[in-house]
Formats: sequence, structure tokens, C-alpha cells
Amino acid sequence: MTTITSITSTMTASFLGSFVEVVEAFTIILAVGVTQSWRPAFIGTGLALSVLAVLVLVFGPLLGLIPIDILQFGIGTLLILFGMRWLRKAILRAAGFIALHDEEKAFAAESDALARQSTERRADFLAGTAAFKAVLLEGIEVVFIVIATGARPGMLPYAAIGALVACIAVLVIGLAVHKPLSSVPENTLKFIVGLLLTGFGIFWVGEGIGTPWPGGDLSLPVLFGGLAAFSFIAVRWLRQYHNLHAEPVAR
Amino acid sequence: MSILKIAFKELTGMFIDDGALALFSLLLVLGVGLAVKSGLIGPTVGAVLLCAGCLGILAESVTRVARRKFRR
Repeated sequence: MTTITSITSTMTASFLGSFVEVVEAFTIILAVGVTQSWRPAFIGTGLALSVLAVLVLVFGPLLGLIPIDILQFGIGTLLILFGMRWLRKAILRAAGFIALHDEEKAFAAESDALARQSTERRADFLAGTAAFKAVLLEGIEVVFIVIATGARPGMLPYAAIGALVACIAVLVIGLAVHKPLSSVPENTLKFIVGLLLTGFGIFWVGEGIGTPWPGGDLSLPVLFGGLAAFSFIAVRWLRQYHNLHAEPVAR
Repeated sequence: MSILKIAFKELTGMFIDDGALALFSLLLVLGVGLAVKSGLIGPTVGAVLLCAGCLGILAESVTRVARRKFRR
């Protein structure tokens, strides 16, 4: 059954997850374009998008052959792994245990690596490869997010729209500011995406094993809320732990 | 060959960061799935175990990182 709740959660999760991935790919493309030239940046990006399109066209129809409960169980399992990985990192970042992700730093590191290669004869090839790799790898994650959040009959188009809007949004903002999107609250977004993907993962595995979720799709916001409450408590506790143990070192 | 290697590494990296977290999560999901399918527990109990298990695994993982950081 398609409800407003499932459409909203699917589109939100797909949009936010894709947005974060596209921002990361955009940083590399921008670094290639600014440091080397725009030609390898566009060629690398175009080739990667072509490979992604082929992958979707080849493997997409195969998903339709898998029984829905097995598909939801399998995708739910992958989503739990994917989402918990994001959530774990987001909790540790928010508590100060690992450094926050910084697009300015990522841009500087990529530009630096490209500048060191710029004197080589195959500099254009290396720069194009960097753009290709970034777009392909982040693109695969976007494809996975779309398939995973839309793993219910009729929901895939909504997930795809969410991802498409995210791509357009990053492109428009990126073209307007013409620099790494460092002011995007990427770490907060990753926190929210981690919550949403883990929630979807638990929900899909539950559907796969035949759980009659109370309220149907309305269980999704409850799952998101439970995970958010847990994460909030974990961050607070970890911050206290961090401060308690970090003080003697600071003196 | 190295491109394939990189692609494989990146693909597994999408799902596995903390090995213990990934392993425990897989065991939890498979355990709950098998228990429900074999009729040992009901699907609702399975879902409750799944939720609680995920939170427990996450708590163990972040606590382990925190303790390791300030060991010694």
C-alpha cells in the first residue's frame, strides 16, 4: 500500500542520501576542472554516468524477478549494514571521536594530488580517471540508495525522483557558487541519512520476515524516532566520556 | 586488475567499515530470519529483537571506539 508516509520517507531518504553522495562527487569533479581542465572532468563524468546507465539497464530488470519478500529481506540486510555504518560514524563525529568531514579539505587534497601530476604527459588521463572514479563510486551508492529506499512495489519512481532532485540541486548550487559545497551541513545530513537508512533496513527486513508492523507505514517514523533518540543519548554519553578522559591530557 | 581490486574494495567499503559491527549485524539478521522462518519465534518478536539487536550492536561499536581511544 502506497501512503503519504511511505512516499515522504522514501523521497526524503533518497534525496538526502543522494545529495550527500553527489556533493562528494561534485568536489572531485570541481577539483579536476579547476586544477587540470574541464575537458577530462566532463569526459570522466560522462563515461562514469554511461557505465552507471548500463549497470542499471542490465541489472535493474533482474530485480523484478526476485520475490518481493526475499528482495526486501536482502536489501534490508544491506541497508542495515550501510545505514549503521553511516550512523556509527555520525555518532562518533558528533561526539568528537573522529574528525568532521570537510569538503574544503577534500577539495584541497584532490587539487594537490592533481597539481603534482599536472607535469606528467598523461595528466589529462589521470585527471579524467579521478573524475570517472569519483562519479562511478558515488553513483553506485546513489543507485543503491534509490533501489533500497524504493524496495516496495510502486515506490521506485519516488526514490528516483528524490535522487534526481538531489543531483539537480547540487548541480545548480555548485554552478552558482563555483566552489566546494563546504557550507552544506554534510555531517548533519549524514546523521539524518544514517537514521533513515537504518530505519528502512529494519523495516524491510521486518517486512521480509512477515512482521505485521503496527500502523503499517506509520511504523517508519516511529523507527526513525527511536533510532534518533538512541543516537542522541549515545552522543551525549560519548561527549561526557570524551570530556572526562580528554581533560587530563589537555593540561 | 587494480581497477577491479579498487572497485571491489570500494564496494565492500560501502557496507563494511567496522568489521565486528558488520559481522554482528549479519548474524543478527540471519539469526532472526531463521528463527522466524523455522517458527521458533513470531515475526513481531523477530522485529523487536531486530530493533533491540541493532541498537545493542551500535552501542557496542561506538563504546569500543571510545574505550580504545583513551586506553593507556
